Amino acid sequence: MSYSRRNFIKGVIAGGAVATSAGYLFRGSGPLFGQTSAPGSVERLVTLNVNGQTRRVDVLKQETLAMTLRYKLGLTGTKLGCDRAECGACTVLVDDVPRYSCSVLTHTVRGGRIVTIEGLARANGALHPVQQAVVDEQGFQCAFCLPGFVMAAVGFLKTNATPTREQLAHGISGNLCRCQDYDKILTSLMRGAEYLRRSTT
Amino acid sequence: MAVIRDPMPAFELFQPTSVEDAQALLRRYGAGAWVLAGGLDSFDWLKDRIKRPEAVVDLSGIPELRGVRARGDGLEIGAMTTLTEVVRHGVVRERYALLLDAAEAAASPQIRNQGTLGGNVSQDTRCWYYRAGWPCYRAGGNICYADTPESINREHAILGADRCVAVNPSDTAPALIALDAQMVIRAANGGERVVAAEDYFVGPGKDITRMTVLQPGDLLTAIRLPGAWAGARFYFEKVRDRQVWDFALVSVASAMVVGAGGAIERMRLAVNGVAARPLRLQAVEDLVRGRPANEATAAVAANLAIAGAQPLRFNAYKVPLMRNLVKRAIRGVEATTWAS
Repeated sequence: MSYSRRNFIKGVIAGGAVATSAGYLFRGSGPLFGQTSAPGSVERLVTLNVNGQTRRVDVLKQETLAMTLRYKLGLTGTKLGCDRAECGACTVLVDDVPRYSCSVLTHTVRGGRIVTIEGLARANGALHPVQQAVVDEQGFQCAFCLPGFVMAAVGFLKTNATPTREQLAHGISGNLCRCQDYDKILTSLMRGAEYLRRSTT
Repeated sequence: MAVIRDPMPAFELFQPTSVEDAQALLRRYGAGAWVLAGGLDSFDWLKDRIKRPEAVVDLSGIPELRGVRARGDGLEIGAMTTLTEVVRHGVVRERYALLLDAAEAAASPQIRNQGTLGGNVSQDTRCWYYRAGWPCYRAGGNICYADTPESINREHAILGADRCVAVNPSDTAPALIALDAQMVIRAANGGERVVAAEDYFVGPGKDITRMTVLQPGDLLTAIRLPGAWAGARFYFEKVRDRQVWDFALVSVASAMVVGAGGAIERMRLAVNGVAARPLRLQAVEDLVRGRPANEATAAVAANLAIAGAQPLRFNAYKVPLMRNLVKRAIRGVEATTWAS
């Protein structure tokens, strides 16, 4: 097996290693143990619906969805850029709505249908029309922002399947590209909208 | 400040399903409790370790706080309704387009998908000295770091400053004031009180540590839009550095009813980004009543609007900016040169 950053991160996850001190993370759970009967109290072991699969996962109270996806479920396609809802790299769909997963507590979307970039392609490996368009148009340069842009576009196209270029630009305006590749990104996502319409008619 | 990417420090999380349960939790934890709506304001505080609440009370699971419903000849919008839900609502689009424009101007699409109307009006100021945890007046200290000869205060107040020179960042607040919205508050003792939107916000002269009249344990449950201003002639404009994410440098919202003769019958006008609370410009409203909605009226009214403005070192540009936005609100514009 070749060593890559991605495999290394996944290995760390599989090993159960947590990079942060456990005492610090679990501060709240000690003295408050026994108060779980309070109305609205939250169990840490939850069931999430991610990419059509049911996943049981232990989620800290303060854990964001991006953390859960990347470091608990190994779905490292979702990127963490700013971690402050200011860049869009972490965009995923919750019930078809694009959200910044860095700024969503995992516990608030327990009942939601979560879709990440890994969940777009079909089981046989066929890419989602928007992904295929990005490949065909070579829309991205470094592509760190790609998963976020694609998820934002896929979410937007569910509300407007026939956008103008300006409307689509507005729809994906919550995503940043440090390479300043916006024109090509928009061209490839417009093609994605076209592929998507063709695939559903 | 350096951005920390570790998980937030631990807190206890509660997801009550009723306002009563939420308020019981707020009572139990007192000053250690933190109310979470959409979270876009909260997470910055928590991730930067400036605020360290013991318990976070998430309101997203309370059904009665969500949704838009008809009420009399107007609308009632649950405080936890997202900005996207507000923007997409048929009656808002048709009769309250001012609120539509304001909500659509907030932040970015993903943030509007999560941020709530109640959270948008109740959010804390974005003064970065305060947000970075400096012990300023607003944080309980005895200095304003934004109002010294060396301060970077390009985004700060030109009106109504009292020790603190921070501004209110909400986009929907001036629109709600112009629409004469009513804020429904469930008090800590369980009683309900209704406050006019213009009285919901407080300046530092009244309470330097708060942005709104909400006291600990109070919850904003709904926002009511009366029928009186539905379908009026609206104007909203938000000037900002970038067309996405950024808070307003100055914003203006107005509702105007013009009579058959072309004279302004009545008008409500509010600005934000210039003071610690969104300002309703009642003197301007009084001045324009009975006058035609033209350039001459706009010029006189706009000069009155900026009376008393006291710019800081780097924000003098806000004075002509506010004057011109008020002018546009009164006489209208052919078309703005950019689309947002």
